[in-house]
Amino acid sequence: MHPDFCRPDTRLPATSLPRRAGLGFKAEHFEAALQAPVAFYEIHAENYLGAGGAPHAMLTQLRADHALSVHGVGLSIGGAGPLDRAHLARVKALVDRYQPASFSEHLAWSSHGAAWLNDLLPLPYTDETLARICAHVDAVQSALGRPMLLENPATYVTFAASTWSEPDFLSEVARRTGCGLLLDINNVFVSAINHRSDPRAYLADFPLAAVGEIHLAGHEAEDLPGGPLLIDSHSRPVADPVWTLYAEVIARTGPLPTLIEWDNDVPAFDVLTDEARRADRIMEGARHAVLA
Amino acid sequence: MRSLPDHAATETAFHAALWSPDTPEGLAPADALDRRVAVYRNNVRHGLTRALAARFPVVERLVGAEFFSAMAGVFAAAHPPATPVLSEWGGDFPAFLSGFPPVAGLPYLPDVARFEALRGHAYHAADAPVADPAALSAGDPARLVLTLAPSVHAFASAHPALRIWQANQPGRAPAPPGSGRDHALIARRPDFAIVTEPLDAGSHAILTALLRGVPLGEAATHDPAPLLALLLRHQLISRIGERP
Repeated sequence: MHPDFCRPDTRLPATSLPRRAGLGFKAEHFEAALQAPVAFYEIHAENYLGAGGAPHAMLTQLRADHALSVHGVGLSIGGAGPLDRAHLARVKALVDRYQPASFSEHLAWSSHGAAWLNDLLPLPYTDETLARICAHVDAVQSALGRPMLLENPATYVTFAASTWSEPDFLSEVARRTGCGLLLDINNVFVSAINHRSDPRAYLADFPLAAVGEIHLAGHEAEDLPGGPLLIDSHSRPVADPVWTLYAEVIARTGPLPTLIEWDNDVPAFDVLTDEARRADRIMEGARHAVLA
Repeated sequence: MRSLPDHAATETAFHAALWSPDTPEGLAPADALDRRVAVYRNNVRHGLTRALAARFPVVERLVGAEFFSAMAGVFAAAHPPATPVLSEWGGDFPAFLSGFPPVAGLPYLPDVARFEALRGHAYHAADAPVADPAALSAGDPARLVLTLAPSVHAFASAHPALRIWQANQPGRAPAPPGSGRDHALIARRPDFAIVTEPLDAGSHAILTALLRGVPLGEAATHDPAPLLALLLRHQLISRIGERP
């Protein structure tokens, strides 16, 4: 039976990704990735904006047999300045060419003036930033001609000026722009521990109906006098407390497209598929619970 | 009560803190605020350093990882990426090296960087068709115009930059730099392999002329056969036409 058969009337926001586990695509795993029964692959848009060559040849082959998610890291949607229109046009050309099942970006800024900073940087959540982020999401969705998913960040600081909680802020962006949300549960956990707050309270407030994809990743930890500081490193297996939160979310939402992100110290392909299988098993459990 | 800064002011202050040891104003109180800001600072610097090292791995080997990292920090602060496409960042890194006093003792370093930048261009260059080589012998050689694949570059160095690059590949013991000049062809074959072929000065001159669109007869100030053999072997001629 098709996994989605029991819920024929629910369409995921802004994505047609399968409700199963996917992996971040790494060129060094190309041959294995082509053959693997992985439900979808995700790429970073900015790694595929060259004119030609091996990146596009690999992506074309991968795309032939697998659903694709394009994840941008460079649009700086959370920035105070205007969007980089030239970069947006290049992302649009990529999305037009490969017609991915989903396009997503971050609630963060990564450029200042003309300089690109290669990190996802934090912003205050105020009425002013809400209006600007909504305008940026509108502009991206208009340019791409499709709704996008916006991802919650991992943060190490918060701002005195913030008047919105992050879940409320994201909920309002989704309501005003029609975008879906990408729920990164590792980011939820990392931020909550870092800000000495409760990840379950965050998830209780999060608008799960708007979630079109979940990200899971590993983090590093350091011990500070005031408590642990977790670093969103994408360099390790998903941590056990993050798996627990994931199972709790899936129990509420049913299966959702779920990406295992592992971008640094990338292990053997088998290690990645094992992580994906663990996510699939949790979703299977939720399917059976729904049918029971 | 002091009014809180707006979005642009907050971002400007945070950006300044990425390139200074200061903790920006406007953050909510938290334990170890300096360490928290340092995570972002390290992410930015480490991320940009690794991106530059990915484009210039042999430059990194030649100066050592620790020195490269410090140098990359200086370069990134002065020449930050103008695009999120990091494979396109660093075009002015060779020129920066020419004017960076701490590496003045390695006069070949800018040319090694230029060589690595051209390999990067070749990797990402547009795809191109492969011309039928029969057309080479069919036409009047004096009027033949060869269109080469967009990945083809002619490289020339007053230093043995190609040999230094070859000697400093991973898995090889670094060798002392030799002497003399190097010329090379850098390109991507249709099977996506990046080729770097040494050329003699005459073949380099012909390749440079062909890349400018000069007809083969006019470009061939020396025997073009060795260069043509290379271009055919690696399938780098995308069109063979005749000047009217």
